Amino acid sequence: MPDYETFTHDVLIIGTGGAGLRAAIEASAAGVSVGMVSKCLLGKAHTVMAEGGIAAALANVDDRDNWKVHFADTMRGGQYVNNWRMAELHAREAPERVRELEAWGAVFDRTKDGRILQRNFGGHKYPRLAHVGDRTGLEMIRTLQDHGIHQGIDVHMEVCVLALLKDGARVSGAFAYDRERGRFRIFRAKAIILATGGIGKAYKITSNSWDCTGDGHALAYHAGAELIDMEYLQFHPTGMVWPPSVRGMLVTEGVRGEGGILTNNDGQRFMFDFIPENYKAQTADNEEEGWRYTQGDKEARRPPELLTRDHVARCIVREIKEGRGTPHGGVYLDISWIKKRLPKAEEHIKRKLPSMYHQFKQLGDVDITREPMEVGPTTHYIMGGVRVDADTQMSSVPGLFAAGECAAGINGANRLGGNSLSDLLVFGKRAGEFAAKFAREQSLGGVDEAVVKKLADEALQPFANGDKDNPYTVQRDLQEMMQHNVGIVREESEMQSALEHLKVLWERTKEVGVTGHRDFNPGWHTALDLKNLLTVSEAITRAALERKESRGAQFREDYPEKSAEFGKVNTIVWKGEDGGMQIRRETIPEMREELKRIIEEMK
Amino acid sequence: MKTAVFRIWRGNAAGGEFRDYETGVSEGMVVLDAIHHIQATEANDLACRWNCKAGKCGSCSAEVNGMPRLMCMTRLSELPLDKPVTVEPIKAFPLLKDLITDVSWNFRVKKKIKKFKPRPPDAPDGTWRMQQEDIDRVQEFRKCIECFLCQDVCHVLRDHRKYDEFIGPRFLIYVAALEMHPLDTEDRLEELRETQGIGYCNITKCCTKVCPESIHITDNAIIPLKERVVDDYYDPLGWLWKKMRRKKGSGGS
Ligand SMILES: Cc1cc2nc3c(=O)[nH]c(=O)nc-3n(C[C@H](O)[C@H](O)[C@H](O)COP(=O)(O)OP(=O)(O)OC[C@H]3O[C@@H](n4cnc5c(N)ncnc54)[C@H](O)[C@@H]3O)c2cc1C
Ligand code: SF4
Ligand code: SF4
Ligand code: FES
Repeated sequence: MPDYETFTHDVLIIGTGGAGLRAAIEASAAGVSVGMVSKCLLGKAHTVMAEGGIAAALANVDDRDNWKVHFADTMRGGQYVNNWRMAELHAREAPERVRELEAWGAVFDRTKDGRILQRNFGGHKYPRLAHVGDRTGLEMIRTLQDHGIHQGIDVHMEVCVLALLKDGARVSGAFAYDRERGRFRIFRAKAIILATGGIGKAYKITSNSWDCTGDGHALAYHAGAELIDMEYLQFHPTGMVWPPSVRGMLVTEGVRGEGGILTNNDGQRFMFDFIPENYKAQTADNEEEGWRYTQGDKEARRPPELLTRDHVARCIVREIKEGRGTPHGGVYLDISWIKKRLPKAEEHIKRKLPSMYHQFKQLGDVDITREPMEVGPTTHYIMGGVRVDADTQMSSVPGLFAAGECAAGINGANRLGGNSLSDLLVFGKRAGEFAAKFAREQSLGGVDEAVVKKLADEALQPFANGDKDNPYTVQRDLQEMMQHNVGIVREESEMQSALEHLKVLWERTKEVGVTGHRDFNPGWHTALDLKNLLTVSEAITRAALERKESRGAQFREDYPEKSAEFGKVNTIVWKGEDGGMQIRRETIPEMREELKRIIEEMK
Repeated sequence: MKTAVFRIWRGNAAGGEFRDYETGVSEGMVVLDAIHHIQATEANDLACRWNCKAGKCGSCSAEVNGMPRLMCMTRLSELPLDKPVTVEPIKAFPLLKDLITDVSWNFRVKKKIKKFKPRPPDAPDGTWRMQQEDIDRVQEFRKCIECFLCQDVCHVLRDHRKYDEFIGPRFLIYVAALEMHPLDTEDRLEELRETQGIGYCNITKCCTKVCPESIHITDNAIIPLKERVVDDYYDPLGWLWKKMRRKKGSGGS
């Protein structure tokens, strides 16, 4: 095949975020040859943006913590529709994965006795997040990157995968282009790990970076894998709302963990107004107790600002809708008030939340040590994704694995903060280990040239389309449509209309044209990403329509209550024989007795 | 609506030119917003790198009105808009297209630096103990987002093109972070002097001035490293003694 350069690896990993890097380290340590591809440069994947910390029951700050409490917290946060085996493995293995980072050079903040410091976060019973100020993601990605580069892994930077190739039922390779020159590449591999992250760019207001276009979700779907839990999309309660150019940019939950409070236009601390039944026993009922909790008082219960994200986001939406919002349509998040309680509060804030201080000062003209921030919900994280086996991370397609945000199961209906970075480590490692094992047991699969030719023609179509439609306009229209029709508060007729809009957007996508040449052409890249954004948007919409109840991140105005019947099932989306999207409900397997007991004990 | 003119470099290694684009200006806008707007409307194929749009990934480095900056953190309100705002690629690395350069040299340099090698764990459970004050300095260096703006302004690279003999300020602080890591037991001083060219740095501090993370590259990293290199060279035994003491006690110098 003269027009394509071909590369061969035992294991190919798509994505160089935390999950991809951790998988690569594990697979190469197992002795197989490993290649990585990434749309971005090494060390710049979305993981770099993570702020608050990595959740792991190290029990360094509160010795009552252990994996069982972490497991129970994760299940409660996920409203019990999680894959309980993944939640178990995650809680058990996260501490070891964090300690390993230290052995590879990570420098976490310290406790007084010199161990890794842990902070409070929403939904976690004890201080559990290992962190470095509010730049934990940078520390994590740099540690993995700097360790990984000495392992003999081949990294293909700025290469984007367009499709997975198959040989019969199993996956045999990937079809890609390099961004720099626009040349096509074929990667042949015995096993492939998807570690492509999230889908935030399907929405207008998002905390996600450029590369979060749901590629892994879509690649897996089109290759015949199943997606699960796609209705569960996390809207983080605190994104910046002003100025417009930074709308959606994340304000870490760490602000609330350090004592920050939410107030409305009347100066009222509205989070005390409604505390869900299953969290009542664990939540402070007065401001004094809440403050003591953030300062490490073990007897105190957590303030309601640290309830789970789905709940906090909905309370904020309620305040705004009922006319108690701020001038720019948010609510206030105030950390400056702690100066009433702490000496040297200003320095404390700057040391604990340096990038928040910087971000607001530089981009919003707000000094967070002196005045409150204006915040509102922002599209943040997708709990849904590729359905995988809990232990091995293999999807329903042999040889195709997934880990990190693009895989699903561990979080159920709502993810607790900090549980993503630990998920990347725990399941990244497992994916690497089992993909390597799979690769050792297999020979290389074949690649069908006719398929490749067709993919290449399709990819070049936008150059032939002239200027019929602009990829950026289609992308913007999709983002606005999803924000409006399948946002935080959902309802049947809006979502039905979303499906109609999506049909039109699919047609428009076939027509988008780009100008210029194939070398580093962002217009072309945007056109190629559209297909993935549309696929995940449709999956989210169909799954949200299917779940006729409100649970976790899914809130339906037309079904505002939880339903026992839906509490027993997950939604599963796959590509039917005719190419159309199919959906079904599947009963969640019965939990092991031992785990049931843990949940009972922790209630 | 207020407008501004952006004079953007368009072209590749073979040649190119500045072209003017006009865009609307709204409150809080940054240079990267303007670039995106131009991309979405007039120039779909205008190449620029970006990821986070929050100053965290170090992808969007460029020279704005001649100053090395992150485009996503440069507010239009801090620029004079009565004349065109020039935006051009950084200069220390080969141009690929428009605002994009080939920064792969940096990744190759890093690979050659000896990796972290910790002392045996302090506790039976395989963990270590470190005091916060002993890691403050290392954490400062680890804030680096690898934007390579410091590399761009360093005359040893930018003007003298010593790519084979000098690793640049980014990697000097990388070495410093490893050397001052309380757990590290590796020795990197000989390479610093012999192949990594620390001697080329004549402490102009240009790197420190442009660092978007406000890392004190020269004062906190390069100067202490230079001292260690000199100590090591003239008094290897004395240096070894000091290093052992340093590793036991405080991490920074
Ligand atoms: C601002 C912010 C703060 C956060 N803070 C926290 C926190 O404190 N704690 C926590 O636990 N979680 C946090 N999260 C969530 C967490 O950061 C992400 O869920 C996680 O980093 C995802 O990692 P990943 O490895 O799955 O993918 P990513 O880091 O998103 O990496 C995806 C990789 O895949 C590549 N890729 C994608 N598509 C393709 C393709 N088609 N071809 C080739 N390569 C491709 C990308 O280039 C990239 O390299 C935060 C998220 C945000 C936005
Ligand atoms: S201080 Fe040294 S490293 Fe920094 S710019 Fe000047 S010569 Fe280069
Ligand atoms: S030291 Fe500063 S300027 Fe240099 S690469 Fe790191 S963040 Fe950028
Ligand atoms: S886009 Fe990440 S630093 Fe500017």
